[in-house]
This record gives sequence, structure tokens and C-alpha cells, in this order.
Amino acid sequence: MFDFGKWTTAFNDLLLGVMPAWAATLIECVLIAVAILGAYTVLALFYILYERKLCAWFQCRLGPMRVGKWGLLQVFADMFKILIKEIISIKDTDKFLFRLAPFIVIISSVTMLACLPWGNGLQIINYNIGIFFILAVSSVGVLGILLAGWSSNNKYTLIGAMRSGAQMVSYEISLGLSIITIVVFAGTMNITELVMEQESAWFLFRGHIPAIIAFLIYIVAATAETNRGPFDLPEAEHELVAGYHTEYSGITFGFYYLAEYLNLFIVSGIASLMFLGGWMPFHVPGWDAFNNIMNYIPSIVWFVGKSFFISFIIIWFKWTFPRVRIDQLLSFEWKYLMPLSLANLILMAVFVALGWHF
Amino acid sequence: MSLLLDIGNGALAITALLTGVLLVVAATVIAKLISPKSYSVKKSETFECGMPTRGESMIQFKSGYYIFAILFLLFDVETVFLYPWAVVARDLGAQSLLCIGIFMLILILGLAYAWKKGALKWK
Repeated sequence: MFDFGKWTTAFNDLLLGVMPAWAATLIECVLIAVAILGAYTVLALFYILYERKLCAWFQCRLGPMRVGKWGLLQVFADMFKILIKEIISIKDTDKFLFRLAPFIVIISSVTMLACLPWGNGLQIINYNIGIFFILAVSSVGVLGILLAGWSSNNKYTLIGAMRSGAQMVSYEISLGLSIITIVVFAGTMNITELVMEQESAWFLFRGHIPAIIAFLIYIVAATAETNRGPFDLPEAEHELVAGYHTEYSGITFGFYYLAEYLNLFIVSGIASLMFLGGWMPFHVPGWDAFNNIMNYIPSIVWFVGKSFFISFIIIWFKWTFPRVRIDQLLSFEWKYLMPLSLANLILMAVFVALGWHF
Repeated sequence: MSLLLDIGNGALAITALLTGVLLVVAATVIAKLISPKSYSVKKSETFECGMPTRGESMIQFKSGYYIFAILFLLFDVETVFLYPWAVVARDLGAQSLLCIGIFMLILILGLAYAWKKGALKWK
């Protein structure tokens, strides 16, 4: 596999050769910020088109076709349109919290994006508790949604925010437990080590039964965490106008839109990291020739490809299942999904203790 | 230490955080510069559902959400306790399995109690 770390080390040495260490660190931090912003914008633009096209195809339509070839320029038009919309200031809102809420939502998704392993050596934040850090940051995002709903001085946004809060905190438990199941198996929380552990085969195949159950639980919980699919109660448009961001206009609404798509990518990225090997190519133990051919595909293509595939499944859910009610949503989590994930965790612990895995 | 360069993780996390702040500030400033502005009394009213808002909106609210938040607190703290065990579970072997089994049994009993008391029922 090509190691992107060689490039960055060479670049670091080059900088250190001509300037003091603090200046080199400053320049590198600025470059990292530019890289994050670039990745964030490109991914958001891609995801908006991806979802619109997929929705269209699920409904036997063509989707956006007029702007550019196959509607490829539609997202740029949308982006400029949202930038030139007026930001209307509403009276009676809690001004400070109303302005603060988009910051919290965007910061949480940007920080999570910086933790993902994009390729061999292409990773920014690399704590030894990596996956735990991602979960911790992801639970900060719900605060932004609650603040947005509360500060808008609107009863519908308040209901939307409360639903969103109840939903996100409930499904976070299943999400965390299914990730713990894999941590028990891997014995590490460091993201680089998690990827390296999957060199012989992905965790989904190595952990067989409990890993597959954990993967299914994760996909369901991730759909609920991102407020999508059958679990999009906070934005149920026939009940709540537009949910917690009804009062936001122009680009301030755009931030929630951006964060929603980025969160979809991030949960898909975590799924590909924990279950499908992150940037690790598809390896079959013993098939050396096959593994070598797979190694020729660049690591970044593997990671992005797997993430887009999981996003495809989550978008597919939305057009297959009808929206659930709030009591169905909460009883599904607390009465079925959470006991199942606890039982699955114990099953995985037994498998690991007895060595019944590959 | 990051893989990418020799910068501490704390500095990188702060860089990511500031990038988020920069994104929001820059986009808002650009939008303010190029967007039209006009003022009218009707426009600055709360939209809600299209009708004029009646009464206060920041009100006391259904307690059902609050009960689930408390339950979440219980199980989230439990999840935090499980992480350190999860990392070393492989090396500890069968004895740790027994200990964590007792720990989880107590938690499942707690869930069963909440269930029986009707805390999981949406009223």
C-alpha cells in the first residue's frame, strides 16, 4: 500500500529545514484547516447531488438534469442561491443561543471528520482513545439542535428539538454498545490500530455472528442518529413545518443542511472503519495473488467507496420504510435494540474468551 | 502524536475546532455582504406554522422526554465504564467475563425495573 505518511514527513522536513519549529507547526495547522474545509465542502456538495439522484432513481425519476451535464452543476447553483438569501432576524428569539446553535452543530461534525482515517497515513487527529473521542464529540452535536429548537421561540421547533434530543440520546446507547462489541474483539480504541488489525480480514468476517449482529444494530442506530430515513421525526414536514430549523433562514439554515449530510458521511465512515476495514483493501487469508491485486487500488478509494456504499444503504432505507411514531421509535430502541445489543456484547465477550473467531 | 506530522493531538483537535468556527463565521460574513436586506414588521415575526404565534413558546414541556433523558444518563455512564474493560477483555480471559457479567446483570435488572415501572411507556 502507498503510504501518504512519506509525503507529509518529507514536507515536514522541508519546512523544518528553512524555518523554526513553531512556524512550521503554524503553517501545517493552517494547511490542515484548509484541507478540512476543502474536504467538508466537496463532500457536502457531492452528498447533496448523490442523495437527490438516488431519491430520483428510487422513484423512477431522473432528478436534476437541467443545470450542466446530468445536473452536475445543480449543487453549485443551490450553494450560491443559499448564500445570496437574506438572513432574516426574528424578534423574540433568544439572540445569543440562536446564533450559537449552528456553531455547535458545525464544530462537532468538523471535528469528527478530522478523526476519520482517509487512507494509509492520511489521518489528522489520532488519539489512543480515537473511537471514544469520536463518540464523545458526536454527542455534543445534539446540544446545538436542542438550543436551536429552544431559542427559536416557536412551539414546533421546540417539539422538533425535543424529539431529536430524545431520539439521538436513546440511539446513542445502541451505537456505543455495538462499537464496544468491536472494541472487545479488537482490543484497542486507536483508529490506526483498528485498521491495521483488519489486515488479514475485515472485522465483519473475523468476528462472524456477533460482528454481523453488531453491524446491523449499528446501521439502524446510525440512521436514527443522523435523523434520517424512517426515523426523521424531528423534521416530519407534515407535522412540524421543518423541525428544529424552521426559523433559520439563508445560510444559517444551510449550516444545518451541511451538517446533516456530513453526519451521514461520518456515520458511514465509522461503519466502514469498525466493520469493513477502514482504508484496508479486501483481503482473503491465503489468497496472496488476489490480495496483491487488491493492494493496487489506492487506500483512499477503498475508504471513500465503502463509506459511499453504506450511505447508499441508509438513503435506501428512507425510501423503503414509512416514518415511525415517537412511541414506536423509543420503544424500538429501549425494548428491542438495546437489550439485543447488550446480549450481543456478552456473546462477543464469550466468543473472545473462548477463542471462537478467526 | 499524530501520524501525519509531529503535532500534538490537542493542537490538531483545536485546529479542527477553529476550522468549524471559521467555516460558520466566513460563510455568514459572505452571505451578509452579498445578500439583500429589507425590513418590515411582518417579516421579523416568528413563522411557526404561518399563523400568528399565540402566547409564550419557551414553556414547561411534556415530561416523557425528561424520563428518557434520565434513563439515557444511567446507561451512557454504564457505556463509559464498559470501554476500559473492552480494551483489555481479550487479555483478561474467563475471569473478567464473570465480573463484567455480574456488572451487566445488575444493569439489565435496572432496565427491567424501569420497564416494569412503566418508564419505557410513552404517555
